[in-house]
Amino acid sequence: MRCNEQTRGMLSKAAGTAVLLAGVLLAATLCFGTSEKPSQITSIFRPDSTPADSIFHLSMLVLAITGLIFLIVFSLIAYTVTKFRRRSDDGPEPPQVYGSNQIELAWTVIPVLIVLVLFMATARVIHAIQDARMPKGAIEVTVIGHQFWWEFQYPALGIVTANELHVPVSDPLHPTPTFLKLLSADTDHSFWVPRLAGKTDLIPNRVNEMWLDPHEVGVYVGQCAQFCGMQHAKMLLRVYVDSPAQFAQWVQEEKKPAELNDTADEGRRIFETTACINCHTVSGTVADGRFGPDLTHLMSRDTIAAGAALNTSENLKAWIQDPEAIKPGSLMPAMKLNDHDSGALTAYLETLR
Amino acid sequence: MASETIAISGADYDARPIGERLHDWVVTVDHKKLGILYILYALFFLVIGGIEATIMRIQLIVPHNHFVSPEVFNRMFTMHGTTMIFFVAMPILFGFGTYLIPLMIGTRDMAFPRLNALSFWLTAFGGLLLYYSFIGGSGLYGAGNAPDVGWFAYAPLTSRAFSPGHSTDFWTLGLLVSGFGSIGTAVNFIATILCMRCPGMTLGKMPLLAWMNLVMAGMVILAVSPLTAAQIMLSTDRFLGGHFFDAQAGGSAVLWMHFFWIFGHPEVYVLIIPAFAFVSEIVPVFSRKPIFGYPVMVAATVCIGFVSFSVWAHHMFTVGMSSYSNSFFTITTMVVGVPTGIKIFNWIGTMWGGKIQFKAPMMFCIGFLFQFLIAGLTGIMLAASPFDWQLGNSYFVVAHFHYVIVGGILFALFGAFYYWFPKMSGRMYSETLARWHFWLFLIGFHLTFDFMHIPGILGMPRRIYTYESGRGWEIWNLIVTIGVVFQIAGVAVFVFNLLRSLVKGVAAGNDPWDAWTLEWSTNSPPPEYNFAQIPVVMSRRPLWDLKHPEDPDWKYE
Repeated sequence: MRCNEQTRGMLSKAAGTAVLLAGVLLAATLCFGTSEKPSQITSIFRPDSTPADSIFHLSMLVLAITGLIFLIVFSLIAYTVTKFRRRSDDGPEPPQVYGSNQIELAWTVIPVLIVLVLFMATARVIHAIQDARMPKGAIEVTVIGHQFWWEFQYPALGIVTANELHVPVSDPLHPTPTFLKLLSADTDHSFWVPRLAGKTDLIPNRVNEMWLDPHEVGVYVGQCAQFCGMQHAKMLLRVYVDSPAQFAQWVQEEKKPAELNDTADEGRRIFETTACINCHTVSGTVADGRFGPDLTHLMSRDTIAAGAALNTSENLKAWIQDPEAIKPGSLMPAMKLNDHDSGALTAYLETLR
Repeated sequence: MASETIAISGADYDARPIGERLHDWVVTVDHKKLGILYILYALFFLVIGGIEATIMRIQLIVPHNHFVSPEVFNRMFTMHGTTMIFFVAMPILFGFGTYLIPLMIGTRDMAFPRLNALSFWLTAFGGLLLYYSFIGGSGLYGAGNAPDVGWFAYAPLTSRAFSPGHSTDFWTLGLLVSGFGSIGTAVNFIATILCMRCPGMTLGKMPLLAWMNLVMAGMVILAVSPLTAAQIMLSTDRFLGGHFFDAQAGGSAVLWMHFFWIFGHPEVYVLIIPAFAFVSEIVPVFSRKPIFGYPVMVAATVCIGFVSFSVWAHHMFTVGMSSYSNSFFTITTMVVGVPTGIKIFNWIGTMWGGKIQFKAPMMFCIGFLFQFLIAGLTGIMLAASPFDWQLGNSYFVVAHFHYVIVGGILFALFGAFYYWFPKMSGRMYSETLARWHFWLFLIGFHLTFDFMHIPGILGMPRRIYTYESGRGWEIWNLIVTIGVVFQIAGVAVFVFNLLRSLVKGVAAGNDPWDAWTLEWSTNSPPPEYNFAQIPVVMSRRPLWDLKHPEDPDWKYE
């Protein structure tokens, strides 16, 4: 029957295209990002830290096994539907076969064995990542998720900062991993920097843990991966991996209280007499609010508003005037200052190095 | 056999005015009318849920798009998910079950016809309640008008502090009410299948569709109850000062996750098992062979039913469970793959050596087989919990479960529509249009959901209304949105085909597919009483026995 011929042609073509497509997809995914600026890549297949790396290797094994199953079963279905199509309209019914215990047994036992292999490989990685002990020399950071920004506390170093996490690079021979204790101040969040580790949620009234040990100096980006409210999309995350010397210097800088500069006295007065201090801390001044990010060393950060904008003079001023315009749903209110005052305030903030 | 009809005076419906005929549909307790009501109701919500999805895809077509605000986007994904699961997938599958089960087991109606009607109307009002939130959700607070907490509504986002107004309350009530409807339907399915089978139809001779709906109904009772309990607890938190999920007062956000997913994961199987049922009825008829390994198919279904209640926390691999819990839920989740794989092999075994006819129902079932295979394999990837720490809550997961729900369930449903449309309407659909529908939807589906895996691998989380440029996500999001156009075109052809065939289709006759189960022995559409005489069966394929008296099935079973 002509119609069946056509269908068969179309089906086998579709099957061919699908296989090709799957191959292209995999290839594209694996190499994608090589032409990107390094700091922008978030592919899980470009790991740069032990947890992400073990997951990557596990995922290659899982992909290989599932890929093989896919090829075999896909070909089997494609073969069956082309080989056993009806060739003419009449003729007797085909032999009526009701089943076969041997075959059923075979295709029960083989999948069970595959599942066992996959499970053992997986359980090893679960154990290696989750049950890793904290070595001496590890950096401890408490991460607190807020709507819609990240607070980073280094209890041992007495540092509090926001949105941009600094960690030392970890030499595999002398590892200095960073162990994160994850808390939440409000709703659920999830800490996800794909190249460094899998994600772990930050849940109120619960303490979670994860760790990372980046092998290369650089900036790694990620973002909140658990829907946390209106502005979930712009709760971005940056991890700065510093060389040991850079990290030590950064720690020194961050430990200092704010250096107050006489040139920005007017802006400082505005800051300290408006609602700013209810939410923000500038150490060494009366500002000790805890609801928003610590601003003591604001200018040491590249971005503001949890990565929603670059930390430039214009952006700072625009942010103070109307956070809604940059990040709708942000909990910071518009300060409604006149142009002169907001200029002075911005000038003060720019002295917080 | 039973194709004769009984003359009932006054049964000449078409002579009555339209108002009276519509009234008939509202007060009906006939399982066939209720089944069709379920299906039409679900199709209506399918269009609404589709519009919500389209709005999201337009917003994500380029980075930093301003098509909708973040609030609207958050409402769209919440309403899309809730609508598609609770008010499209469940009702449409219940509709087919309600319509088909009594016909396939040779009885005249469900065990409890009035409960049947009550269940439908509860489900229907649940949907209306949910959508009433667009009008009443703001409450006196002037807060957002529709729920925006995501379809799994994680605590504490649903607490009064983060969700003022009443949008979350409408969500809770909508699910609570429709949940009672679902439980009613499940009770009815179980009672009907266990007690109403025609003489000779032992459990082992029941069509697979009845078996699978029996398992599904049992799962609904076990799975929907915890959800209903959780909704009552959430309402207690919101109105009576309870602290079940209020983390600020010592409640547990993780408790809600457990409650939700002990419902949510079996729910996936509640939806896919009826889809398996359609495929298990359609593939044999269009391969001209009986189902391969009937007892194993039944065993695999029951096995899936049991194991699916031990896998829920694979939705929670990232919430910080111990390594032992993560390992446990990894193995249980992977184990579900075994009975599921058996089913795929048995469908292949059914086609093997057959004479496959590529009519629309069969084409959709073959599409189902290919796509469900891929969905199962990405499911194995996500079951490996460390892999899930990367892929969980990313677009990879979104692609994976749409592969299950659209590529699996919806394809099987389209197959079921074409297969039983002649029985339900008495008219034949247009095969040409059905082919257009198949190819358009197939292309659209693959453009959208194949390419949706990639941004997930590249680190794009779900539920973000906008995204940064330069991460390599743009091109994939563009392709994904283009696929939507083809899907819409496909569904438009489908709806047009149904409407046109309803008016212009040629008469289908009782048994257009030369099929073997009891529904094909009565008229198309079946009379109110289904069978003039209750049939007596001797095998799983009673019509085969009738058509082939020289080689009946009962000699071999």
